[in-house]
Amino acid sequence: MGAYDFDHAIDIAWCPGCGDFRILTSVKDALDELELDPRTVVFVSGIGQAAKTPQYLNAHYFNGLHGRTLPPATAIKASNPGLVVIAQSGDGDTYGEGGNHFMHAIRRNPDITNIVHNNMVYALTKGQASPTTRQGFVTPVQIHGVTQEPFNPVAVAIALDASFVARAFAGDTRQTTDIIKKAITHKGYALVDIFQPCVTYNKVNTYGWFKQNTYTLDDSYDPTDREAAFRKATEPGKFPLGVIYIKTGKPTFEDGLSLYRQDARPLYQRTVDMETLRGLVDSLRT
Amino acid sequence: MVFKPREDISIVFSGQAGQGLQTLEALLTRMLKRSGYNVFSYSEYMSRIRGGNNSTQVRVSSRRVTAYTRRIDLFVPLHENAMERFHDRITQETVILGDRDFIEERYLDGHHPVLEVPINEIAREKGGAVYANTVLLGILAGLFYVDSDLMHNEIRMILSGLGEDRLRKNLDASDEGYERSKKLLKPGQAAVSIERTAEVRDEILTDGINAVGLGGLAGGCTFVSSYPMSPSTGVLVFFTKKAESSGVVVEQTEDEISAVNMAIGSWYAGGRALVTTSGGGYALMVEGLSLAGCIESPLVIHLGQRPGPATGLPTRTEQADLQFALYSGHGEFSRAILAPGTHEQGFSHTRHAFYLADKYQVPVFILTDQFFLERRYNLPDLDMSKMYDQRFIVQTRADYRRYALTESGISPRGIPGFGEGRVRVDSDEHDEDGFITEDFSTRTAMVNKRLKKLSGLQKEVLAPQLFGPDDYRNLVVCWGSSLHAVQEGLDMLGRDDTAILHYSQVYPLAEVTADYLERAHRKIVVESNATAQFARLIRSETGIGFDGAILKYSGLPLMPEDVCEGLNEKLGKKESTHGRV
Repeated sequence: MGAYDFDHAIDIAWCPGCGDFRILTSVKDALDELELDPRTVVFVSGIGQAAKTPQYLNAHYFNGLHGRTLPPATAIKASNPGLVVIAQSGDGDTYGEGGNHFMHAIRRNPDITNIVHNNMVYALTKGQASPTTRQGFVTPVQIHGVTQEPFNPVAVAIALDASFVARAFAGDTRQTTDIIKKAITHKGYALVDIFQPCVTYNKVNTYGWFKQNTYTLDDSYDPTDREAAFRKATEPGKFPLGVIYIKTGKPTFEDGLSLYRQDARPLYQRTVDMETLRGLVDSLRT
Repeated sequence: MVFKPREDISIVFSGQAGQGLQTLEALLTRMLKRSGYNVFSYSEYMSRIRGGNNSTQVRVSSRRVTAYTRRIDLFVPLHENAMERFHDRITQETVILGDRDFIEERYLDGHHPVLEVPINEIAREKGGAVYANTVLLGILAGLFYVDSDLMHNEIRMILSGLGEDRLRKNLDASDEGYERSKKLLKPGQAAVSIERTAEVRDEILTDGINAVGLGGLAGGCTFVSSYPMSPSTGVLVFFTKKAESSGVVVEQTEDEISAVNMAIGSWYAGGRALVTTSGGGYALMVEGLSLAGCIESPLVIHLGQRPGPATGLPTRTEQADLQFALYSGHGEFSRAILAPGTHEQGFSHTRHAFYLADKYQVPVFILTDQFFLERRYNLPDLDMSKMYDQRFIVQTRADYRRYALTESGISPRGIPGFGEGRVRVDSDEHDEDGFITEDFSTRTAMVNKRLKKLSGLQKEVLAPQLFGPDDYRNLVVCWGSSLHAVQEGLDMLGRDDTAILHYSQVYPLAEVTADYLERAHRKIVVESNATAQFARLIRSETGIGFDGAILKYSGLPLMPEDVCEGLNEKLGKKESTHGRV
């Protein structure tokens, strides 16, 4: 039993065979292999099937609003930089409802890991298109097939010079675990977009389809070359898996917070400095 | 006497955006206060960066003054169109001072007292038109018998960033104005008859922004996330300036949705967070409010009201978001709404908001408005006796349950990283551990838990304040920033059978409300909105209606004259006997 397993049976709401089970395993394995103390690990999620993942781990969690994983995750890290913060949600939550926060979280660069279950469909609401749904995919709402260009989170993240961008496939648990470990240990915002088969609402992008349409980047690939990374992110044909881009040495959001420069204590350990306050009040007398 | 002998003089200067009226306002109020006068100032301005017409009222007085008046005793036009919007406020008792070019013909008919001073010409002689404001400052310093050294000190303090040459020219310009003011008086003639008080010199001179900001620091605020929106932005700027010295995380977010979700995230991790916004921005935060309600997160929302709907009048004032603050957020949960009336309350109530939010794990509003935030006046002190020292966070044990059911509805609040337990919060309905549940009896228990906290909040309600006789015949009810206009308006009316009941907490409604209202023969409500929102709240809570309402929603602040005339009309003749019948 790992540190993040419960000592009792739990009722999981996912369909049998769902890619989310594989991701749950990879996340727990990554945390165990990194020997992270569960008292210091906080999961933040939004709404959707992916967003339920933290329910099934023995860790702290903040399961907030649809699309709003990244603002609270950023704030939790900023309020107590000693915590390990993992924002975990689906493609609809992160790239659709939360698209604006996705862009600005990358710009802010908090030291958090952002795991996105990308199944190219809305499952919890029964099969409508997501921002990453492939063109032509027929749904109960997009009845003539999706016409819009799918959102490319990897290319967008590289365009925003994100500090860590990776893609994984849920079917390969070992590789996914390794990528998540790299993302967690990376200092700065780390995106891990994980292809996740949805066995109920996506009969096109199946385990087999993902296997046929992906390949793993080999050791000769240099993830620090931004232009090469952008080419990889946008090249037609098969999708590359692995760490696609790393920008090292980028200051984090917490690094930029002036209050921690003199005093590293997290916010909960602080009290009102009466002398400073009295001084501020008295400065209004002159 | 240049001015009618009065205890207070209302000065209005009127110019364009970009003419430096704000600097003049700061210099003049500081200088007058430092020389012992009670001062008040408020600027009304258009939503533009250059041009248009803006004006600032500065009241100088023997006693404390805190309201914006229609009456103008001294009008200073600083631009060609400066008088256009003031025809109904300039009377034959208003002294007009300034450049001949800026005074409209109609006021040169011999029936209006005019003091012509070529302010711009003097400014040009002293180095350029930019010195016009300090020439005017010098003239006013002279008319109000301000010591010239004191005037110089203030100019040095406020304009120190200009560099030595321009500072020197400003000082010269003020000296020239000061000299000219003496020539405006006939031999032996005095300009004003306002008494000065030594104690006032060292009093606090503040606007509402500083009062709310300092109250936040006093309440232990450590996190502010917001998106700029008039008139709430000043509070964000306040915290930005204090971030390093007072230990506050301050972030300008991509939108108000992010702001509120960050604030809730910070509370979850042990921060004490505030968002500052106005109606439109708050509209975007509403789902977050409901989140705070569901996960029982503390949250402090400073809602600086301005006239809506939609973009409305961005730079003007109104009290029309009370019902919005009260009913916003889907689902049912407890909340509290504070509405400070004075700057002392701006400080104490913001501090109190952090206490209530933390103790009851609910959203708490500080409902202000543009007038409240931007008017400034002097006051003796801020009450620093009840500081934030109570901590409501617990160190968790391994068996910690975030939503443990209790008698009061309040569960001990743990945070991640402090103790052995897991802290799970969920926007889905959840059980005592914080796990998602669809168990109907748990659901019912959780709704009851969230609503039960209202009775605790009710026990701690800040009581409304009664001003005037206990045995009143008429009762005038007001809330938030309307207090001072109502007080001064009633003074003008001079009725001793009428009292004022002012609410600085509007929700939960104080239980004494019905008692106060039932004792009154006539009940009048005064509010800066069109639909008497507070009266509706009182009626829904007590079943008691009002006999009349004085409502203002033009975008300008409520004035004592509005209240005096309104009450005069609504109260009718004073009865020979007053009090309870």
